[in-house]
Amino acid sequence: MMKPGTLILHVAARYLVPLQLILSVFLLLRGHDEPGGGFIAGLVASGAFALYLFTFGATVTRDLLRVDPRNLIGVGLCLGMVSIFPALLNGEPLLTAQWWNIPLPGDSYMKMSTPLIFDIGVYFTVFGSVMLMLIALTETEEH
Amino acid sequence: MQLAVLVIFLAAALTPWLYNRLHGQSANVLALVPAALTIWFAMHIPAVAGGEVIVHKMQWVPGLGISFDMVLDGLSLLFALLICGIGTFIVLYAGAYLKGHENLNRFLVILLAFMASMLGLVLADNLVTLFVFWELTSVTSYMLIGFNHQSAEARKAALQGLIVTAGGGLVLLAGLVMLGSAGGSYSLQEIFNSSRILTEHPLYVGMMVCLFIGAFTKSAQFPFHFWLPNAMAAPTPVSAYLHSATMVKAGIYLLARLQPELGGTELWITVLTSVGAFTMLTGAFLALRNTDLKKLLAYSTLMALGTLTLLLGIGTELAMIGFAAYLLAHSLYKGALFMLAGIIDHEAGSRDVRELGGLRKKLPVTAVCTLIAALSLAGIPPLFGFVAKELLLESLLDNMFSYVILGMVILASIFIVCVAALVAIRPFFGAFKAAKDEDKVHEAPSGMLAGPVVLVILTVLAGLLPGLAGDYFTLPATFSVAGHEIEGYLSLWHGINMALMISIVSVLLGLLLFKNWDSVYSVLRKLDPVIRRGPEAGYFKFMDGLVATAEWQTRVLQNGSMRNYLRTIILTLVLLTGYTLLSRYQLHWNFGVDFTFYELAAVVLLVAAAAGACLTSSRMGAVAYMGAFGFFVAMIFILFSAPDLGITQILVETLSVILLVLVLFRLPSFSNISSPMDRASDAFVALLTGALMTCLIMVTINVQLFEPISGYMIENSVPLAHGRNIVNVILVDYRALDTLGEIFVLALAAMGVYAMIKFKPSTAPGSNHHAGTLILPSKRIPERDIVHSWQEIHQRMLEEQNIVDARPEDDEDSTEQSSINEPQGSDSETKGEPKS
Repeated sequence: MMKPGTLILHVAARYLVPLQLILSVFLLLRGHDEPGGGFIAGLVASGAFALYLFTFGATVTRDLLRVDPRNLIGVGLCLGMVSIFPALLNGEPLLTAQWWNIPLPGDSYMKMSTPLIFDIGVYFTVFGSVMLMLIALTETEEH
Repeated sequence: MQLAVLVIFLAAALTPWLYNRLHGQSANVLALVPAALTIWFAMHIPAVAGGEVIVHKMQWVPGLGISFDMVLDGLSLLFALLICGIGTFIVLYAGAYLKGHENLNRFLVILLAFMASMLGLVLADNLVTLFVFWELTSVTSYMLIGFNHQSAEARKAALQGLIVTAGGGLVLLAGLVMLGSAGGSYSLQEIFNSSRILTEHPLYVGMMVCLFIGAFTKSAQFPFHFWLPNAMAAPTPVSAYLHSATMVKAGIYLLARLQPELGGTELWITVLTSVGAFTMLTGAFLALRNTDLKKLLAYSTLMALGTLTLLLGIGTELAMIGFAAYLLAHSLYKGALFMLAGIIDHEAGSRDVRELGGLRKKLPVTAVCTLIAALSLAGIPPLFGFVAKELLLESLLDNMFSYVILGMVILASIFIVCVAALVAIRPFFGAFKAAKDEDKVHEAPSGMLAGPVVLVILTVLAGLLPGLAGDYFTLPATFSVAGHEIEGYLSLWHGINMALMISIVSVLLGLLLFKNWDSVYSVLRKLDPVIRRGPEAGYFKFMDGLVATAEWQTRVLQNGSMRNYLRTIILTLVLLTGYTLLSRYQLHWNFGVDFTFYELAAVVLLVAAAAGACLTSSRMGAVAYMGAFGFFVAMIFILFSAPDLGITQILVETLSVILLVLVLFRLPSFSNISSPMDRASDAFVALLTGALMTCLIMVTINVQLFEPISGYMIENSVPLAHGRNIVNVILVDYRALDTLGEIFVLALAAMGVYAMIKFKPSTAPGSNHHAGTLILPSKRIPERDIVHSWQEIHQRMLEEQNIVDARPEDDEDSTEQSSINEPQGSDSETKGEPKS
C-alpha cells in the first residue's frame, strides 16, 4: 500500500524531520518549567520519524534511526531505573529528587537533576515504543 | 547462623564457575561447605545440651515486623546437623552418581540451594522468614524432582509435588498469619514467651486447620501422601536427601516447633493421632505392593512420617522422647538405605527386587551396609531403630492410648519388617540375578559408599551407646518439642516387658510374611483398581476440573470477539461504579453552569464527530471522525488552560490515526455484520456508560471527600521540586513511581504488539499438537482445533457468524483470499492477516 511518496512529501519530510527532532529536544528540556516534558517530546520525535516512515519506508527509516527501537526502549527503562538510586547515596528514600547546579562559564548554572534523567528515560521509552509498533506494522505491510 | 545459610547459597552461586575448572571433582570440593558447617554446628552441641538457646538477631523488614533472626535450640540443632551432615555425603554421592552427566553442575546448584533453604527453615525464628524458606524448599524440590526434564514422568511428578506442597504452602501462610495475629508477634520466641494462651483464642481452630494442611502436604500425610512415591522419579541423591531425611520432615518440624504453644488440645491430639496412624498403616501396607526398591523405601518413609505425627499427637513425655529418637533413627537409616538402593540401581542396572539376587559377592560393602540399615528399619537390637521403636510402643502402652492405634502400629511394624527383609535379603542372597552381566557388576566408588558407611556406623554407635546419643542429640530436641525439661534417658535394654514382646512377635510375623511374599504380592496386585481410586484420583479429578474451568472461562470470556470484550469490561465498570454511586451518594443535578459561546461550539462539534463515527459506513471515515473527536477534546483541554494535556492529546490522536491507518489495510472490507438488535444493544451499553460518566462528574462537582492534594502540589512545586510546570513535576517527581510503572507498561505493550505482528503460526503455542502433557495424560487435539494461521481464526469467526459459508477442510488459499479479503488497492499477494 505504501506507494512512493510524492515530491512535496519527500522534500517536506527531509526538512521537517530535523526541525521536529530539535523541537522534541526543546520540549524535553524545557518540560520542567514550561509545557513540555518527556512524554510529549517522545511523541513529537515519533511523529517526526512517522512522517519519514510514510515517505521513505521502513528500511530507510531504520537506517536513519541507526538504533533498533527495542534498544531505545531498553535504554529508556534503564535511565528511568538509574534515576531512582542517587537518593540512596544521600540517605534519602528511593526516588527522592536530587539536584546539582553545574556552573557554566559566564556566571550561569545548568540545572541537572534526577527528574531530568528520569524524563529522558520516559522520552526514550515512548519514542522507542511508538517506533517499534510503527516500523513493525510498516514492515509487514511492505513485505 | 545467618552466615551459615548464606554461605551455602554463595556456594551454590559459585558452583558453575567451580565446575568449569574442576568438572567432576567439583562435588568433592563443594562437600567441604556442609562438612564445615556440620562441625560448626557440632561445636554448639555442649551448650545446647546444657539447655542454652542461641539467638542471632538480624533486621530484615523492621517496618513489617519481619526479622531474619535465627534461633538454635535442641530441635533446630538436631535438624541442622542432619541437614548439613547428611548433606555432605549427599553432595559427595551426587558427584559420583551423576559422574559425567552433562547437567551435574546444574544439579549441584539446586541441591545446595535446597540445602540452604532447608537450613534457613529450621533456624528461622520469624514466621514470615520461615514461610519464605518453606516455599524455597518446595521450589528447589520441584526442580530436583524434574531434573531429568526430558522424561515426561519426571516432569509430571515434579509438577504434582509442587502443586501439592505449594498449594499447602498457601494454606500454611494463612495459618501463619492467623498465628501471628493471635500471638501478637511474628517471632516464634516472642509468641512462646508471651502470656497469651493461644489454645483458647477464637482463631485457634481455623489456625490449626490451616497449619495442619500446610504441614500434612509437605510431610506427605494421608490424603496428600501420593506425591511422595511419585517423587521417586528424581535422581537417587534427591530421594535420599529431600524425600527421606530432610524436606518431608519440614511439616513434622513445624508441628514439633509449635507443639509447646499449640499442642495438647483435643483437636491437636485427635487430628494428629488419627492422621498419623492412618498414614503409617497406609504407607506400610502400600510398601508391600511394590517391587521397586526406591518405591519400597518411599512408602516406608510415609510410614515413618506417619509415626512421627502420631508421636506428636500422643504428646506425653515418653512420646516426646520417642519422637526425637525416631526422627534421628529414621534419618540415619533411611538416608543410608536410599543411597544403597541407588548403588544397587547404578551397579546392577535394576531396582526391581524381583530382578535382583545374589549380589552380596559382587557388592560386599553395600550388602553389609544394607543389611544393618534394614535391621534398624525393622527395629532389631542393637541398632538405634530398635531404641526408637521400643519408645514408640512404650509410649502407646504407657497411656493405653487406644487399642485401635496400638493394633495399627503392630500391623505396620509387621509390614515394615517384611519390607526391610525385602530390601536387605532379596537383592543380595540366592542365585545371581541382575540386569547387567555378572562380570560388569562391581562395587561402587568410594564417594558413593562414604555416606551409607558413615550413616550405618552412626546407627550402630547410637544403638550401642543410646545414652550418649540421647544426652547430646535427641533429649535437647525433646526439650524444645515439649517446651520444658523432661526426666528421661535412652537405653537399649528396657527389660523384658510388653513392648519387647510385641516387638518379637511382630518381627516373627514379619519374617513369616516375607517367606510368603510372592503369593502375598500377587494377591495384593488384585487390589490395584481399588488403590487407583485413592486420593491421587482426586488430584487428577481436581486438575481435570481446573482445565475444564479454564476452557470454559476462555470460551465465555476470552472468545476473541473485540465487541464482547468491550461489552464485558464496560458493563462491569458501569455496574460496579454505578452501584457504589447510587448506594453511597445520591444523584446530583447541576445544570447551573455558565457556558461561553466557543465552549458550546466545541462541545457541539465534539458530539457531532462522535455521532459521525457511529453512523459512517466507511472505515476510513470512522478513523477520521475519531481523530476529529480527539482534536476537539484537546481543544477543550486548551480552553480550560491545560496546555500539557492538550499537546499530549493532539500528539496521541495524530499517532493513533497513523497507527489505525496502517492497520486499516489489513482488515477485511467494512461489512455490516451486526443485526439491528445487536446495534441497539451496543448503543444501549454506550449510552449507559455516558450516563454514568455524566452522573459521576455531577457528583464530583458537589461532593468533596478529601481536601484536594493539588494545593500542596501547587505550593511546593517551585520550592521543593524546582519546577514551574506542575504537570511535569507531578509526572517526574511527585508521582515518579507511577510514571516509572507506566513506562514499563508502555514498553510491555509495545513488545506485545510487536510479538503479535511478528506472529509465526508454525512456532506459536497453538501449533503444538499435543496439549496438557504436564498436568494430565497427553491428549491429541483434533486436527480441526489446531490453529495454523490468523486467516484460519478469522475464517472460523466469520463462519460462526454465518457471514461466509463453511468451506471444505483442505481447500486452502484461493477461496479464502477472495472471500475474506477484498483487495483494497493493496498488493493482492499481501498475506492479509486480519486482526479481529
